[in-house]
Amino acid sequence: MAVEAHPVEILPEAAAVHWRPRVDDARLRHLGGLWMLTTLGHVVPFAAAATLLVWLQPLALPVALACLAHAWVIPELYARRGANVVRPRGRAAEEPERRAVGLLGDLVGHEARELHARTGLVLERGRLGTWLVGEAGAVLLHGRRRRAYCYCVKVDGRAVVDGAGAGELPSGDRIAHLLLALRADEQGFATVANLTFAGARWRLRRRLPAPMRPALDAAAASIDTRSTRPR
Amino acid sequence: MSKLIRMDQTGHSTLAEWTAEDPVAVEAAVEAFRAELERGYLAMVSTGPGHAEQVRELPVEAPLVILRLPISGG
Repeated sequence: MAVEAHPVEILPEAAAVHWRPRVDDARLRHLGGLWMLTTLGHVVPFAAAATLLVWLQPLALPVALACLAHAWVIPELYARRGANVVRPRGRAAEEPERRAVGLLGDLVGHEARELHARTGLVLERGRLGTWLVGEAGAVLLHGRRRRAYCYCVKVDGRAVVDGAGAGELPSGDRIAHLLLALRADEQGFATVANLTFAGARWRLRRRLPAPMRPALDAAAASIDTRSTRPR
Repeated sequence: MSKLIRMDQTGHSTLAEWTAEDPVAVEAAVEAFRAELERGYLAMVSTGPGHAEQVRELPVEAPLVILRLPISGG
């Protein structure tokens, strides 16, 4: 029996997080602002304490330096948490990896395929911004300032009956799962995923594994060159 | 020739192949498709560069239908 396709616009997984506001440009700006305030909330008190200590007692310089170190390290730890979402996970056997990368290659264009081969990340242009999709998460560069939003999201093998075939997926398949979900409903994807970091791109870049940094640069550059694409 | 594939630990498995002119093959593909949806898989078809749609019935004319697992926040 043949039947026609009936597209579903909303990602069904979004129903599991029905209490979350659906992510859009305004929501991203709001979240970015909250993260900036949080960062300032960590940095300003430590920096102020360091200044005050030195002003009151110059001999307290070592303590003041420790305060400044805290002011620097805490945002760096958040950025590291963000970078962790795109770090490579375990590898499957060679043949499944090869087949999975082949399928992923069929889903993306030549440039994205080449970038994935070099960095392990797939660049995807969306309406909210430019995405870098990894095996267990994605980074969104949003807005004129290209603020980085790091989302942790996984393929949920427990969601299928008996789990057959849903064991340890090859890396290419994990990316393809996330990519298809992202393409089906970008806002739903960002709603389902857990935001682990939002902040300056430079801060995230420092915490990314070195081979992945060109992907972040390419994503930022693509915002400069791309034209608005209706979705 | 259209294909129904499932992304799994083997890279991917081809569950059905059909042409619109072969009703037996289409019927087998529809059965395989529904069985996987019953198990919890989600079916996707590409609808152009950067676009995909979830489908609940087998789009017979689509060259490639991909079954994926649900995602959740990590």
